[in-house]
Amino acid sequence: MSSLLKITDLHVSVDEKPILKGVSLEIRQGEIHALMGPNGSGKSTLAYTLVGHPKYEVTSGSIEIDGTPLNDLDPCERARLGLFLAFQYPVTIPGVKVADFLRHAVTNIRNPARKEGESLIAMKEFRKELKERMEALGMDVEFARRYLNEGFSGGEKKRMEILQLAMLQPKFAILDETDSGLDSDAVRVVSEGLRKLAGPQMGVLIITHHERLLEYNVPQFTHVMLAGKIVETGDASLAHELHNHGYATVRQRHPTEAAEEQERQKTAPAIAAVR
Amino acid sequence: MTTDVPVLEDEIGVGDYQFGFHDPTDKYVFQSRRGLDRQIVEQISEMKNEPAWMRKFRLDALEMFFQRPMPTWGGDMSELDFQNMFYYVKASQGQEKSWDDVPEDIRKTYDRLGIPEAEKKYLAGVKAQYESEVVYGSLQEDLAKQGVIFTDTDSALRDYPDLVREYFGTVIPSADNKFAALNSAVWSGGSFIYVPKGVKIEFPLQAYFRINTQNMGQFERTLIIVDEGASIHYVEGCTAPTYSSDSLHSAVVEILVKRGGRCRYTTIQNWSNNVYNLVTKRAKAYGDSLMEWVDGNLGSKLTMKYPAIYLMEPGARGETLSIAFAGKGQHQDAGAKMVHCAPYTSSRVISKSISKDGGRAGYRGLVKATHDAHHCKSNVVCDALILDSKSRSDTYPYIEVNNNNLTIEHEASVSKIAEEQLLYLMSRGMTETEASAMIVTGFIEPLVKELPMEYAVEMNRLIELQMEGSVG
Repeated sequence: MSSLLKITDLHVSVDEKPILKGVSLEIRQGEIHALMGPNGSGKSTLAYTLVGHPKYEVTSGSIEIDGTPLNDLDPCERARLGLFLAFQYPVTIPGVKVADFLRHAVTNIRNPARKEGESLIAMKEFRKELKERMEALGMDVEFARRYLNEGFSGGEKKRMEILQLAMLQPKFAILDETDSGLDSDAVRVVSEGLRKLAGPQMGVLIITHHERLLEYNVPQFTHVMLAGKIVETGDASLAHELHNHGYATVRQRHPTEAAEEQERQKTAPAIAAVR
Repeated sequence: MTTDVPVLEDEIGVGDYQFGFHDPTDKYVFQSRRGLDRQIVEQISEMKNEPAWMRKFRLDALEMFFQRPMPTWGGDMSELDFQNMFYYVKASQGQEKSWDDVPEDIRKTYDRLGIPEAEKKYLAGVKAQYESEVVYGSLQEDLAKQGVIFTDTDSALRDYPDLVREYFGTVIPSADNKFAALNSAVWSGGSFIYVPKGVKIEFPLQAYFRINTQNMGQFERTLIIVDEGASIHYVEGCTAPTYSSDSLHSAVVEILVKRGGRCRYTTIQNWSNNVYNLVTKRAKAYGDSLMEWVDGNLGSKLTMKYPAIYLMEPGARGETLSIAFAGKGQHQDAGAKMVHCAPYTSSRVISKSISKDGGRAGYRGLVKATHDAHHCKSNVVCDALILDSKSRSDTYPYIEVNNNNLTIEHEASVSKIAEEQLLYLMSRGMTETEASAMIVTGFIEPLVKELPMEYAVEMNRLIELQMEGSVG
């Protein structure tokens, strides 16, 4: 049976400011969903809330995987249940080699019951798998020896996120603007990489402004977010329309949310910058 | 009290320091009474059957120790009671060449510390000091044949009296500071090493220091002479049982690196949290030589230690890599001194300090250049990582320069573990403890990678132990 990520009437605040105001969404393994919306509408907030960023406070509503509530779980426990976020701004971890980091991560995710200090997966098989995955993504194998994201270009960081996705094979992957800030070659590499990885075993939520990623990974569902709510859901053609015509018509169709969006921009222009 | 097995720390409920066990002391050969006076010093000298000059050296130093005031800077030593300590404790009859001949209790302790195993795998020689005396010693045969001397300093005074007399106390005079004076008065044990011209020792020589008795003072005295073009890597490790009252470790380490020689001195200090660790270490580096201190301070209640390098002739280089980790109840006042006494000399200091659970770790350093020391270069980088708001980091860089023609760079940074870094690692399935440990390990990695593999593994393991239970 395929797994289900179920978000029900989710309300989220940051520093006591309400950002999400009742988001409901169901993603099954094997499905691709696109989440679009103007800056500050709450897309990244949803992504961070799903992985359990401590700054994002769920004031009501629930997140569940196959009926297991995630609200009280920390990011580590959520990851071990099969949730993955490809970060929009991956941080640098100085002095920690990519290979060492990934070997720890892969061990924990594949053996969720592992306790600290228990042995890691065998080095030989891990190296072989890592090498294959890196080659498939067109990455120089030397990257495994580099410190995590240190001195990486924007494109290299995003590719590193996709490499982690490939190694961890989560049930549900959220990609937060994985295509932003990349040149068209890099977008192609990342898009193709994702297409090869996404299959019947993975539910994908793609947060994007662009269409390119969606050309390679055609969504069955497109959701539009405005002022902390999902105001419309359609198929791939909705994404296409938004890409071509922007959000003006969406705002016309949802005057209440559009008004609130304007209000938010006046009172809290910094919200868009909250990562 | 007689027991066959060492008392485990868990039984006395003193936390998670894994070397906190102690052995029975009822079979000891000799233990001086508590406290320090002329009579104790004379007794030590007499038991060791020393020449008159050393006895005078000790007694003169004792006067200096009494005259000197306690330092008013650094750490809190108000609870350090010199008259409550044991200054000389001899646990066994003499130094053995085979582990089988070492008394069983003591041998078991070293087994638990993994020393005989390490010796078989990757060491060129070992000295094991237990309380005041060295109880075991070895050196690879081919090194001995090449004229390498690796013995304890007491034996050296008997067997190589001229060599010892020529150099002893020349790098660190008794009057240097209060604790150097104390060590000079009551010193016992320590390593004496001579590496002849051109001899390059491939594998490390290791000394292992263990305090077992409560309120013990350990005062080893190490003297290393690296002759022209020779090279050596010397490693020392230290542990002690966890007691509710304090012990004192106050060593003096003197090193001479002659023209073109190389010396690396690595310390992995892991005393239990009731040990005052007040150590004076200094090297003189001559023309085109290289002296390196790799100084890891993880244990102790208070450490005050600033390994120094005096760059005596053109082309001499000095390098200090310092790692200090202060947990609950610990204060690491670590650092480095680089004294440029000649032109065309260079020095580099890299310091990484970590503090958590209310611990205090800092860097105290001096870069000094004399009037003649033109065309010198010095580079100091110190980074501090503070793991929580209770903990503290300090940086005290002192620079004294008496001429203009040189380059001195100093960089310092203080950081906290960012919430974003924790989130990132945890979102990949790491627990909060694992994530913090990974960030800390990464922080010190630029230094740890300088260590031979076995010590790098040991250092990372100790850091992980320190990190356990630190969060959540």
